Amino acid sequence: MSEKVLLECKNLKKYFETPKGMLHAVDDVSFKIGEGKTLGVVGESGCGKSTLGRTILRLLPSTDGKIIFDGKDITDIKPKDMTALRRQMQIIFQDPFSSLDPKMTVYQIIEEPLCIHKVFKNKQERTERVAELMEIVGLDRRYFNTYPHELDGGRRQRIGIARALALNPKFIVCDEPVSALDVSIQAQILNLMMNLKDKLGLTYIFITHDLSVVKHISDDILVLYLGKMVEMTSSDSLFEDPLHPYTKALLSAIPIPDISHKGKEAEIMKGEVTSPIDPPEGCRFAARCPKATERCFKEMPEFIEVKEKHFVACHLYN
Amino acid sequence: MLSIRSSRAEHRRKNMGEKLLEIKNLSVRYTADKVVSRAVNQVNLSIDKGEVLGLVGETGAGKTTTALSILGLLPKYTSTVEGEIIFDGENLKGASEKKLRSIRGSRISMIFQDPMTSLNPVFRVGSQIADVIRFHNRNISHHEINQRVDNILSLVGIPPSRKNEYAHQFSGGMKQRVMIAIAIACNPDLLIADEPTTALDVTIQAQVIKMMRGLQKEMGSSVMLITHDLGIVANFCDKVAIMYAGEIVEYGTLEDVFDKSRPHHPYTNGLFNSIPNITERTKRLTPINGLTPHPSELPDGCKFHPRCPKGSEYCQSGDNPSKYINGTHMIQCHQFDKGGAIL
Repeated sequence: MSEKVLLECKNLKKYFETPKGMLHAVDDVSFKIGEGKTLGVVGESGCGKSTLGRTILRLLPSTDGKIIFDGKDITDIKPKDMTALRRQMQIIFQDPFSSLDPKMTVYQIIEEPLCIHKVFKNKQERTERVAELMEIVGLDRRYFNTYPHELDGGRRQRIGIARALALNPKFIVCDEPVSALDVSIQAQILNLMMNLKDKLGLTYIFITHDLSVVKHISDDILVLYLGKMVEMTSSDSLFEDPLHPYTKALLSAIPIPDISHKGKEAEIMKGEVTSPIDPPEGCRFAARCPKATERCFKEMPEFIEVKEKHFVACHLYN
Repeated sequence: MLSIRSSRAEHRRKNMGEKLLEIKNLSVRYTADKVVSRAVNQVNLSIDKGEVLGLVGETGAGKTTTALSILGLLPKYTSTVEGEIIFDGENLKGASEKKLRSIRGSRISMIFQDPMTSLNPVFRVGSQIADVIRFHNRNISHHEINQRVDNILSLVGIPPSRKNEYAHQFSGGMKQRVMIAIAIACNPDLLIADEPTTALDVTIQAQVIKMMRGLQKEMGSSVMLITHDLGIVANFCDKVAIMYAGEIVEYGTLEDVFDKSRPHHPYTNGLFNSIPNITERTKRLTPINGLTPHPSELPDGCKFHPRCPKGSEYCQSGDNPSKYINGTHMIQCHQFDKGGAIL
């Protein structure tokens, strides 16, 4: 890759200790994101998507591995230095209903990061910046003193975006930012995020369970299953030529709003995500995989490059 | 799949195509702090026996209110219901509580959106299913109830051995299966499913929809599927009603609404264009501009005109748009009468 790499994860692991055993939330994840690019992270609930996002932002300490941001290793960075780094790394949360403080007005919510990082000397400058941010995300100025509960989901998510943008970050983790919204509003927010990316040169990690959403916004897509990387490639080649049986199953499960598909029974994946606590050896998807062989239950497939820039972890391709 | 007992299913199969539910000019208003919200406005709908109707719309469009009004579950003192709800020849609007209780869960039942909060956390799931059966069949033995619970659990794909577990021991998809088991326990004529898969993963959603479709075919029940996902509608429904701001703006068979070569309401077109398409490569989505109006501040004229790309001055006038009707297809929009924007 000739472009500048903004974020790199090397064998990142995050385990949680639970009374039942070790929970492997993120297991051996490595990737690079170039500046100005978007990486989509896809998987079902409980596959470690959000934990990955939070570990990268150091909101959770990692168990093992390295996180390199803008050429610096931030894996064991001191909390004080991390605070300074937060100006460059931000997050947009999934639920616009619970991620905004109900006792703060829209103005206060967007102003808060500016106060914490002491970006402006006086209140007037801060107010101007808040007004500017609200304009960027398409919120009317009359909402300055309203509380989040007075607004609908789409507007609330715009507040979350304005708050994340307040400090001019380089990098934003978007943790399912549109999954709580209606389709027509979802399209508005997705377009807004793509426009912001182009205008401000942002780099995104876009976490979602909805493959159709991620197709539009991502350059590359990483599919996770039980904390493990399953497939990673460019957005186009993932949709044109999905290799891993799990990716195929995810794609075929999307209901298509076209009646010519009616009656065609898509191959439906059986079972549910198994427990991430002390996962068995071998491929973690083997229990649900329609093509699993004996080898899949015994041996963990390696994550290898099968085609140009198309990585997959499956014994079928090895 | 296990066969479903009862002559009811047989009977229903014989009478397919007869009208089961007819809603005429239904309007629901909520009043709170002297603010009147017009949640449902002059809705007309009908469901035939054995038919699946998809009720599509965004948050606040009045889908759930419509469903709750059928069951008489709206709050008594803060809501006013007008119109007629004719179920199997009887008007349920204004029916006595006793009458409604005998219908709820037995002839009409409902699956709620959020399986996480709809199940009782302190009762075993088996006993929650047994409750419904016991309430509607006073004379059957304990043993028989147990058998029926086992039967229903295996119908929805849960091993009957799990009936003594509590809701928190089930995953989201499994909880929704329990909800479905409760709803079909008495083999209802009409099943209202209020966004049954919104809280689930796509893969689990596909499993649940497939199961519901199988059950519907087997039982011959009618289903009213409330959803905002046109993909699910395309897979499951026979008829579609598109709801916006408490009104049905487009109504017809699946082919009427999904066939792109036919005329449509601008809102329907907007909904289709908002969905990210996985088979085509486009750089930007085409959303519907603006927001759904709050039911207490509905605009005059056509309720969609502030967001409509085809809106003209005429659309802002006081009249409700006329209905364009072509066979089974109904569209409520000014573009089909003289004064409105031309197609």
